[in-house]
Amino acid sequence: MSDERPAPVLRAEGLVKTHHGEGAPAHAVRGVDLCVRQGEFVAITGPSGAGKSTLLHLLGGLQRPDAGHLWLDGEPTDTYGEARWAVERRKRIGIVFQFFNLVSNLSVADNVELPALLAGTPPKQARTEREALLAELGLTGKERSMPGELSGGEQQRVALARALVNHPPLLLADEPAGSLDSKGTREVMRLLSRFHQRGQTIVLVTHDARLASAADRVISFFDGKIADDAALDGGTTPPRRSGISGVLELKD
Amino acid sequence: MRLPLLALLARGPAHGYELKQDLEQLLGSAYPQPNVGQIYVTLGRLEKSGLIEGEDVAQSSRPNKKVYHLTDAGREALRAWFEEPEDEPRVRDEFFMKLALAPQTGLAEQITLINQQRRQYLNTMRQMSKLAAAEDRDNRIAHLLIEGAMLHLQADLDWLERCQEELEELE
Repeated sequence: MSDERPAPVLRAEGLVKTHHGEGAPAHAVRGVDLCVRQGEFVAITGPSGAGKSTLLHLLGGLQRPDAGHLWLDGEPTDTYGEARWAVERRKRIGIVFQFFNLVSNLSVADNVELPALLAGTPPKQARTEREALLAELGLTGKERSMPGELSGGEQQRVALARALVNHPPLLLADEPAGSLDSKGTREVMRLLSRFHQRGQTIVLVTHDARLASAADRVISFFDGKIADDAALDGGTTPPRRSGISGVLELKD
Repeated sequence: MRLPLLALLARGPAHGYELKQDLEQLLGSAYPQPNVGQIYVTLGRLEKSGLIEGEDVAQSSRPNKKVYHLTDAGREALRAWFEEPEDEPRVRDEFFMKLALAPQTGLAEQITLINQQRRQYLNTMRQMSKLAAAEDRDNRIAHLLIEGAMLHLQADLDWLERCQEELEELE
């Protein structure tokens, strides 16, 4: 039966990455094995400086590992060069970042349509996709705005639309709520959950446990290594003794 | 439960079941549903201590219901309640004791304890998220209650992270 299962969307083995900056070398990622299956929503949490963003960059081909291997849909990526990774990031991997990284002199509509057009989508279809996504994300009417005219939360929603316009099997999110207020955080959380419910595979890096709790699997990352990998079952099993009622109870 | 009931009665007279409903509506589904029996018992005690007074009101087809109103002493107790700040929440001391004492027992690993505790918090956090998503969006009080609980958990999780950083260095 296990043979019938599709290859994992993402598989990593023995990933290592050391940054050689000015001071002593920083061992950001020190031997990581990871497997993400289709439809999973995985959060990677840990203190700042634990190397979790570096790990995400390795998974998205934004940085290359010093050692180890990475497979996308069962396909080895060892031979991928810069150009090939750029193509993968258009088609198979969508990425959202903490600071949105929108193209500041393009309108909202163009920001979202551009990756579709670059991926070879006919202009008419790119427009349809863009319209649908912006409507879904509550951004109808903002098409002609420039990114700088939008709030942080709105910019992150545009970035999410851009990341998803080509229907990538994998969405990577690097501290997507890191520069948002608590309302914006809840908004991002709600949207990630919604896309996940529709089957989107997501790997999220965050230091915010509230955001991480939207995932159904949480990896605790410490000092370049996976310290714990836990499936969250919240909602499927009743809370034990204290649990939720203990946290919420107002005492006599 | 005593003072919240007094506070609800400050608005005007009400009977026990009304108070239960008011509380539920105000605090939302996240708050454990108050037990109506417990409310009646508390009302009885409040009456005995002179903070409220009950009056029997005849109903045509059902037994009399008792409608309570706040006394002057009750209003005073309520005022005193609002005047005092509350104690701060405490660190999960039972867990802290386990963490502090584990090494000398040789029966548990500190890091294992931290991981186990983190899983528990994360699962609770997830349930909170689900509650928040299910709660009526316009019920701000209910959302603030859930958010408060989540922020406390977040602080506990941050603290676990600190413990882990500190204790892993020792290894």
